[in-house]
Amino acid sequence: MFRTPFSRVRSWTITGALILAFAFSAAVSPAAKAAEPIKIGFSMALTGGLAGAGKGALIAMEIWREDVNKAGGLLGRQVEFVYYDDATSPAKVPGIYTKLLNVDKVDLVVSSYGTNEIVPAMPIVMRKKLVFPSLFGLAANEKFNYDRYFQIMPSGPNPLVDWSAGFFELAKRQNPAPKSVALLSADAEFALNAVASARTHAKKMGLNIVYDKTYPPGTADFSPVIRAIQEAKPDMVYIGSYPPGSVGLVKAANELGLKTKMFGGSMVGLQFAAIQKNLGPMLNGVINYDFWVPEPTLKFKGVEAFLAKYQEKAKGKGVDPLGHYLPPFAYAYLQILGNAVNATKSLDHGKLAKYIHATTHDTVVGPVKFAKNGEWAESRALQVQFRDVKPNDLDQFAGPGKRIVLYPDSVKSGEIVYPYKQ
Amino acid sequence: MFPYELFLNAVVAGVLLGGFYAAVALGLSITFGQLDIVNIAHPAFVICGSYTAYILNEHFGMDPILIGIIFMPVFFAVGVIVYRIYYASFEKTGQESLSGLAFFFGLMFIIEVVLILVYGVDYRLVSATYIGQTIDIGFLNIPLRMAVPFVVAATLSLSVYFYLSKTFMGRAILAVSQDRLALQLMGADPVKIKQFAMGIAIATASVAGSLLIIIGPVEPSVGRLYIGRVFAIVVLGGMGSISGTLIAAVMIGIVESLVATFYGPSWAPAVGFIILLLTLAFRPQGLFGRQ
Repeated sequence: MFRTPFSRVRSWTITGALILAFAFSAAVSPAAKAAEPIKIGFSMALTGGLAGAGKGALIAMEIWREDVNKAGGLLGRQVEFVYYDDATSPAKVPGIYTKLLNVDKVDLVVSSYGTNEIVPAMPIVMRKKLVFPSLFGLAANEKFNYDRYFQIMPSGPNPLVDWSAGFFELAKRQNPAPKSVALLSADAEFALNAVASARTHAKKMGLNIVYDKTYPPGTADFSPVIRAIQEAKPDMVYIGSYPPGSVGLVKAANELGLKTKMFGGSMVGLQFAAIQKNLGPMLNGVINYDFWVPEPTLKFKGVEAFLAKYQEKAKGKGVDPLGHYLPPFAYAYLQILGNAVNATKSLDHGKLAKYIHATTHDTVVGPVKFAKNGEWAESRALQVQFRDVKPNDLDQFAGPGKRIVLYPDSVKSGEIVYPYKQ
Repeated sequence: MFPYELFLNAVVAGVLLGGFYAAVALGLSITFGQLDIVNIAHPAFVICGSYTAYILNEHFGMDPILIGIIFMPVFFAVGVIVYRIYYASFEKTGQESLSGLAFFFGLMFIIEVVLILVYGVDYRLVSATYIGQTIDIGFLNIPLRMAVPFVVAATLSLSVYFYLSKTFMGRAILAVSQDRLALQLMGADPVKIKQFAMGIAIATASVAGSLLIIIGPVEPSVGRLYIGRVFAIVVLGGMGSISGTLIAAVMIGIVESLVATFYGPSWAPAVGFIILLLTLAFRPQGLFGRQ
């Protein structure tokens, strides 16, 4: 094979063009990069069982993005979201994060909503050594011990134990204090963890556990369960449940006149406006976990302005119209990430993690300081008691007086009504 | 001492629960059991019934059951249209087995997505005067939230049973499930009969949906939780037997309630399915199915 003068000229031309292209791209790269938006990637439950909360969280995150971009963005660059619906299916999460990192080339990642959706993303995020702000995972970092994981849910440094501490601390303070407890949990990660925490405290307090069972998803009627609990005659009932179960259990407890001194615990759904409106006075006396309620002790800087924006945007979207439960925290976990980027003037994940660990962050959900394991350094899981709830009135939950904060003492807004029903 | 009060309360709760299961399974008993159509989308139609009840209850304060009954003709028409599409696309060309199953799977997803797009993903509930009320008969406590759906479900099941066994069209539907060719030779059009039967099946979803939302909150994908259970009830009762479906539903309800009361609710669905497997081992055609 021989080369003609023409082919020699052509190969020199191509080589020259490549050198020029490389030199040009190297010269313009920083400026072009500065104009490019910062991409934040995540999966979110926009369909499936947790979609109600997931869509609400997305609205809150979009409000944060608008606020940040209006203020000039991060590092002078606009912020862009790249996200996919995980359909509340943990199996879809690893694929989504792999695509976000390898195809979409996002700069930062945050988690989807809930323990079941956070845990599958952890190995992928850890392999790339990324900062991973996460949204409402209960003890999701327990087995990974990842030092760049930051959990916005205020469940405390030892979530598996701290989670139900408030409920049992309240029980301890009553006179006469309860002597026995019934434990009931849905067959799913969060509820099982919550009830495991309750079991630990019950044993620590020397309470007699008279009922300890789980129930499967799709349980339509809870009256047999409530009857079995009533038969065991517990002084208090601690439940870990998801919205359909929470509604069924509160209704069955009222219909069958369950007699106990404290009733509630970790019932997901009782924080949602539509369910609160429907259950109405059946909620009175129930003591349940929450994270933010419109009580005077929890009026942090920016939270009311955020909620006003959220409530406007939530109209007609089929999501929680008040948005007290998850949305402020979905805003706050991005607030922390954004502040870290601005403070370190960097997208270096090592620097970001170091900054987030070292700082007490001022957010719409109050001051946030993380422990070494990425959980809140101090638990602020609220125990609230429903009080004076009237039938069929959504607006009553927008203001104070309906969900009284009993615990922790630092944000307490009223005294417990005890016993629940006798 | 044996807690007989607890036992009897559990049995009554099981009967009431079984009534509700029967209402959800009734339509499937017609389509799957009699028409040999694996309508896996049936629970999605039930959810449509729930949303119809929710919308009118929320905006006009109408009773959910009344809404379910009023909307039966609309659901009937939907059933007829769905069958016409199914027939033209699959049954006519003999592709109903796998392609038909995929069609109903697709239909289920489409219904869910449309509901999500239009109404969002928040849980929906209804209000009615009887929700939250209980009647006490001696030591029996009967929540009206369960008792009212039971009465409606039993009435609906018996109405369908008598319609199918006593009327000309009902008998024709039974005939088409047994021998389509013979029916054709008698001069009847099996397609028209099947579309009518499909209409009845989907019409029952209107009422079943209203009962579902009375019992608990509903979101677009909640119907999936019931797919396994309703198919089990139809098979246990005997394919195509309406009375068998009602009895099997009550049986499953009682077993679930007793197990939930005395052993824990986690075991309840498993025991129901064990009964199904045992029944099929000794009586493959189900409790009331023909050989």
